[in-house]
Amino acid sequence: MRAPAFWLCIVVVGAAFIVLSRTFLTNEYFYFAGYVVLQYIVLSTAWNILGGYTGYTNFGTGAFFASGAYCSVVLHKLPGLVHSAFGLTIVPIPLPVMIVAGGIISGAMGLGTGYLTLRLRGVFFAIATLAFTIVVQTLIVNWDFVGGSRGIYIIRPPNAPLGGGYIQYLFTWMTILTVVSVGIARSIEGSRLGLGFASIRDDELAAEASGVPTLRLKLIATTLSGALMGMAGAPLPYYVTYLDPTSSFNLAYAVNAVAMPVIGGMTSWIGPVIGAILLGTIQQVATVTISSALNLLIVGLLLIFFVIIAPNGLVGLVQSWRRQREA
Amino acid sequence: MTEDIGAPLLEVKGLGKRFGGFVALEDIDLTIAKGERLGLIGPNGSGKSTLVNCLCGTLHNETGTVTFAGRPLNGLIAHERTHLGLARSFQLPKPFHSMNLVDNLRIPLLYTVNARPHHHLTDAAIAERCAELLKDVGLADKARRRPRDLTQVEMRKLELARAVATEPTLLFADESMAGLSHSEIEEILAVLMRLNEHGITIVLIEHIMSAVMSFSTRLAVLVAGHKIADGPPQEAIRNPEVERAYLGE
Amino acid sequence: MLGLFINAIVAGVLLGGFYAAVSVGVTISFGMLDIANIAQPAFILLGCYAAYIMNLYFGLDPIVTGVIMTPAFFALGMLVYRLYYFAFEKRGDQAIQGLAFFFGLLFVGEVSLVLVFGVDYRFVAASYIGPSLHLGIVELPFRMLLPCVFSLVMVGVTQLYLTRSFVGRAILAVSQDPGALQLMAASPTKIKQIAVGISIATCAVAGSFLIIIQPVEPSIGRDYIGRIFAICVLGGMTSFPGMLLASMLLGIVESLTATFYGPSWAPAVAFGFLLVTLAARPAGLLGR
Repeated sequence: MRAPAFWLCIVVVGAAFIVLSRTFLTNEYFYFAGYVVLQYIVLSTAWNILGGYTGYTNFGTGAFFASGAYCSVVLHKLPGLVHSAFGLTIVPIPLPVMIVAGGIISGAMGLGTGYLTLRLRGVFFAIATLAFTIVVQTLIVNWDFVGGSRGIYIIRPPNAPLGGGYIQYLFTWMTILTVVSVGIARSIEGSRLGLGFASIRDDELAAEASGVPTLRLKLIATTLSGALMGMAGAPLPYYVTYLDPTSSFNLAYAVNAVAMPVIGGMTSWIGPVIGAILLGTIQQVATVTISSALNLLIVGLLLIFFVIIAPNGLVGLVQSWRRQREA
Repeated sequence: MTEDIGAPLLEVKGLGKRFGGFVALEDIDLTIAKGERLGLIGPNGSGKSTLVNCLCGTLHNETGTVTFAGRPLNGLIAHERTHLGLARSFQLPKPFHSMNLVDNLRIPLLYTVNARPHHHLTDAAIAERCAELLKDVGLADKARRRPRDLTQVEMRKLELARAVATEPTLLFADESMAGLSHSEIEEILAVLMRLNEHGITIVLIEHIMSAVMSFSTRLAVLVAGHKIADGPPQEAIRNPEVERAYLGE
Repeated sequence: MLGLFINAIVAGVLLGGFYAAVSVGVTISFGMLDIANIAQPAFILLGCYAAYIMNLYFGLDPIVTGVIMTPAFFALGMLVYRLYYFAFEKRGDQAIQGLAFFFGLLFVGEVSLVLVFGVDYRFVAASYIGPSLHLGIVELPFRMLLPCVFSLVMVGVTQLYLTRSFVGRAILAVSQDPGALQLMAASPTKIKQIAVGISIATCAVAGSFLIIIQPVEPSIGRDYIGRIFAICVLGGMTSFPGMLLASMLLGIVESLTATFYGPSWAPAVAFGFLLVTLAARPAGLLGR
């Protein structure tokens, strides 16, 4: 299916999803749990653009994700600050603006980290992303305006645009982000850019010798990936209502963002989606039934297992099974 | 017979490269004329591949200048040099293993040929060109296969085809024939000859003396990072220093 | 004020000595063998908790525990390398999977420790935790002095082993040219296995030092990733003297930052170092 047709398809599916769920599903729990799964689809898809398509491992998902969240906190508090500092009254910043802002901030961060480290080998980039998470977390911990280490309480607006509860509103936006990120991933796959990414992943020196501007493409990948992660994080403060550095920079986000594409399959847009739905759902169930620490342990073990036994993920397993049947 | 050998295409002056304390190349002067077939030989570790890497931008030389078609290359990185018309094949073939052969060739077409100011190949033209390139090296029937399905000599041919796809003016063929049988060597030499007849200047870096001697119009010899001979092939190998380097005292 | 400054520097030097012990393992596995073991902190924490248990139930001195545990950790290291080799090096796969593997190990390690020990801080009891040596205005807490001294001893012993013993020199050879080693009829795989074993064995001792210096809980491992790799890169990857210099530098800067700006900024120092080093001078302090 060509890219434009694909976009049409997923927009239709997304719209149908929103409309149908609003009409028939009244159980709030569905929206809470669904939001998390959709969020993970966005995070995994974003990760995979840099990880699976281009071959650069990013362990710093937490930094980009949390930056989007804290950007929203700043914008949420902005009217109050402007009022007390200048006596002006401005309207509360709407969520879509926060999402875009989160994307811009995290995209810029992606560009910056990339520029600093992408001229070195992939290993150093990966380690730098781990380092980066701690640096950003330390900055936030020391920034009292956004709550510092104590955290901050965010009150949801009483009315949701489009009617319905605010959680439904957040869920709607996360569905939109999912459609956007999956659409972008699929568009990249068939394009000149995607081929360029793949050449970098397969053999960066040969790509460079063949005329591919590798640094430029890598920066595009990091910026895009970071921006999508930031956008995924932007609605978080309204979702959790209490935001603190320990939970928002939680290593669980980094591990899940790696595990879901690895387990689902890194070479196609569908791998992260499958991985996110599978692992996300398992974790939602496990957190309720068994302890959350044990549930994280399972994710970690699954990651190790798949990386060793099935490095091409579930999608890869299906593909090789199909190829064996043809032969 | 090749066209008349013309004006200098590549001028290297005083090129030097170190790795920490180890001097890989020192004070290399080399001029390559348009249309010629230069053979570059030397014992293992003499710096041949390092020189290619420096000229193509994969490594950075600390001293010396390189001018290509009148343009200074210092400061340009590898893909920029490829855009200008310098191409190379790698000693150990480095194919894009997740793609089929056609896509392997699409990369240089999309990113080098289409990046040049006046060219713009449509998708159809690209597909046609890929088919043509594969046919020229005899890989047309394996177009949809992946590199892992190729034999050694086929990988070497793919390597050359990919370099040729960038429409270079100067091609460095880095040890394309190592480990091949006599007939396979002839195949590769034929491909290179055809390319030279079409106007591509070729630098052949090789160990296989028979191939180098029959192919080259000029021979340069590197030993321990220094150029010790440079001239017509028969003269160059009779140089006493060259004999000493290969046969010992 | 001057006293505060001087003591911050001294504390930094002592800390730096300890950091050398923490980093020597990664200098071997990553610097020399190019195995990016980002799970190293998990093994160090394992060493901490081993010392904790032995101290709690048997009253054993942590440093003694560290030394006793070395063979077990060595075996563990060899096992980890075997797994890594089977899964990745043999296949010659992309580095991304190897990194994901170690990341998974790091995570599984931390979460396992949380499940077994919980998130409370644990500490050990020893006679030298508490008292200090006073030299004029300089205060040298024994709980930092002893680990520092023993760390330098451990690094020195490791350096001697690498340069004097046959296996040690084989490791250095493998780090430079695996092919040449094969020609000498020594198997690079076996040598690498021993090297990784040594690298993890150092964690037993380093972990025991850590729990002497400060109380531990599972998530502090993450702070150490940045420190370890910052030191390794800053030290020039393979150089032990470089690593020592880098450890001292990091220790001093961290100590000064903690004293004058507050301890909550300390984690950022190491990582800031790492980012700046990678951006500005990837060849490290002493260059290559």
